[in-house]
Amino acid sequence: MTGFIERHPAWALILLIAVAVMLWLILAVWPPGLEEAIGRKRVFLNAVFNGITLGSLYFLVASGFTLIFGLMRNVNLAHGSLYLFGGYIGYAISTWTGSWVLGFIIAFIGVALVGVVLQIVVFRRMEGEDLRQTMVTIGLSIVFADLMLWVFGGDFYQIQTPSWLVGPIELPLVTAVKSSGEAVYLRYPMVRLVIFAAAVVIGIAMWLALNRTRVGMMVRAGVDDRDMLAATGVPIQLVFVVVFALGAGLAGIAGVVGGTFQSLSPGEDTRFLLASLVVVIVGGMGSIPGAALGAVIIGLAEQLGSVYIPTYAIVVTFLIMVLVLALRPQGLLARR
Amino acid sequence: MSLVQGAHQETSRVASARAALLAWPEFNKPAVWLVAVILLIMPFIASGFFLIEIFATTLILGTIALSLMFLAGYGGMVSLMQLTIAGFAAYMVAVFGMSANTNISLGWPWWLATPMALVLATIFGTLGGALAVRTEGIYTIMITLAIGAAFYYFTNQNWPIFGGHTGINTIATPKFWGVDWRADVPYYYITLGVAAFCYFAVQYVSRAPFGLALQGVRDNPRRMAALGFNVNAHRVAAYAFASFIAALGGVLQVWNYRQISPGSVSVGACIDILIIAVVGGITRPVGPFIGAFIFVILRTFALDLLVKFGLDGNRFRLLIGLGFLAIVFWSSDGVIGLWERWRRRATAPDKRASGGHGHG
Repeated sequence: MTGFIERHPAWALILLIAVAVMLWLILAVWPPGLEEAIGRKRVFLNAVFNGITLGSLYFLVASGFTLIFGLMRNVNLAHGSLYLFGGYIGYAISTWTGSWVLGFIIAFIGVALVGVVLQIVVFRRMEGEDLRQTMVTIGLSIVFADLMLWVFGGDFYQIQTPSWLVGPIELPLVTAVKSSGEAVYLRYPMVRLVIFAAAVVIGIAMWLALNRTRVGMMVRAGVDDRDMLAATGVPIQLVFVVVFALGAGLAGIAGVVGGTFQSLSPGEDTRFLLASLVVVIVGGMGSIPGAALGAVIIGLAEQLGSVYIPTYAIVVTFLIMVLVLALRPQGLLARR
Repeated sequence: MSLVQGAHQETSRVASARAALLAWPEFNKPAVWLVAVILLIMPFIASGFFLIEIFATTLILGTIALSLMFLAGYGGMVSLMQLTIAGFAAYMVAVFGMSANTNISLGWPWWLATPMALVLATIFGTLGGALAVRTEGIYTIMITLAIGAAFYYFTNQNWPIFGGHTGINTIATPKFWGVDWRADVPYYYITLGVAAFCYFAVQYVSRAPFGLALQGVRDNPRRMAALGFNVNAHRVAAYAFASFIAALGGVLQVWNYRQISPGSVSVGACIDILIIAVVGGITRPVGPFIGAFIFVILRTFALDLLVKFGLDGNRFRLLIGLGFLAIVFWSSDGVIGLWERWRRRATAPDKRASGGHGHG
């Protein structure tokens, strides 16, 4: 952090000002002139919260993608299919048993198992052949998409939010002040906040697991130099399977989250594959903090964009990607 | 000394004769002549449906896939945005030309609108390429896929220029010299002419100094940079050339359907182009056309075939996906690779093929 400030004082200053303006916009009571210029504060706050919670969903998908890529150099373009598959499992389980949490657990296990099979059957056989892996996973994503269309049809599914999470809660953020001087507070869906918190916990747990445990040490060493790690006698194939299962399982969990926030339907697989591609390109391939940063940036850009410049919302995310590529082709938080 | 000189001249004459043969090796193969003749007399054999739905569509998709083959096969850059460039050209034809959406189309005559579309699409593709060449390998695939997806979502949302979700329809097609060039037979010959032009252009460029340098860049960019070649400039130029070919395909496509909508530039369609190129084989310019033919045949007849076997006709994408998987699994070089391996085995049954097949 201090190193960044020393190396790029101008960028650090711009970032600092942007963060300060953002915080002021969120916390302060807006003066009347501002409301006239850019609309109600409630709309803005909702867009920010939607952006951050959408970012947490993107983080769940992209972190698995980036973890698998970082360690194994495996590009799994079937990652979006794993997301959608997890969502369908979560839907089936939660409607069958009525338990939302059970849906998460079984989606994680089910999709992780698919990931293990993929790793053993596909990726182990073509280690180091990036292009073939890409082609095979594209083929797999087509096959998966059609199989899921076969089983679940083209309908939209939404996973029922459990009763203890239904409804909005009041946050201590002032959206407006009534003429009587009474403050109006922001009301926001509970479930999205809980999921945001869960994504933060998962992110921190992953960071801790990578930086404080023995397996994490192996994974990080594998990211840096796979051959050397193999040469020191670490059962690297086992590490690969574990990481692949974890990454796929995260996509499965994200599917359940996505099914609760939004809906599940054919086509969501490509949408989330592309979202995770853009997120990891912006954040830096193979970096978990990069995935987190990229996810928040893309989520915010999408939501703020769709509120304030609806026609060009997609272009904003794309422009961010172009800008990052032009200035830092390796991504914002990549180490290379 | 003079003897050496003479001998040198002799060898150089032989060499130049051989070079001419090397440049057009197809001309001394009877199969090639047969295919050319069949393609030329096709309108007298095939009905209108076959002519347009099968052969013209094959030639158009093959042309777009050819641009991907050029980038991937000679440049080592797998670009998933070739269909996006074609779609951009198609949209530009609709925007500058005449269509039913009078508040979007500028109403230029076709001979102004088409070159404009080609130029703009080439610029678009070159800019995309300039972005993509900042990265390598897998990253290129991801970035070009992201560009393609961004364009799809943009066309879906943008109403003033791209006509939003419904797109632009009833686009005028050229009519001059008393010929309606969209009528089946003239249109077939246009697609055949454009496809042949692109095919020979790619073949010519691949043997020209630029193409050779590009293949050098593909094999060893560092060495080429050390030799004084500007690696990135070669790559961007390759994108420009490929973009022009893709744009030609896009113009043909919009003339064929007379309409353009976001559905025709969707991510799935971008991936279809990759499938076509890979299934056909990305080491030779003829591959994309073979792949396109297989793809079009499957797409047109798989439904009836599946129903005939008592299966659900909607599963044709599953069939395509499984076929693609099988080809990628067993041959890194598509159908051409399979064919060549089979022929090698047939001609030399007792000789074991040495080494593995090329890297994927």
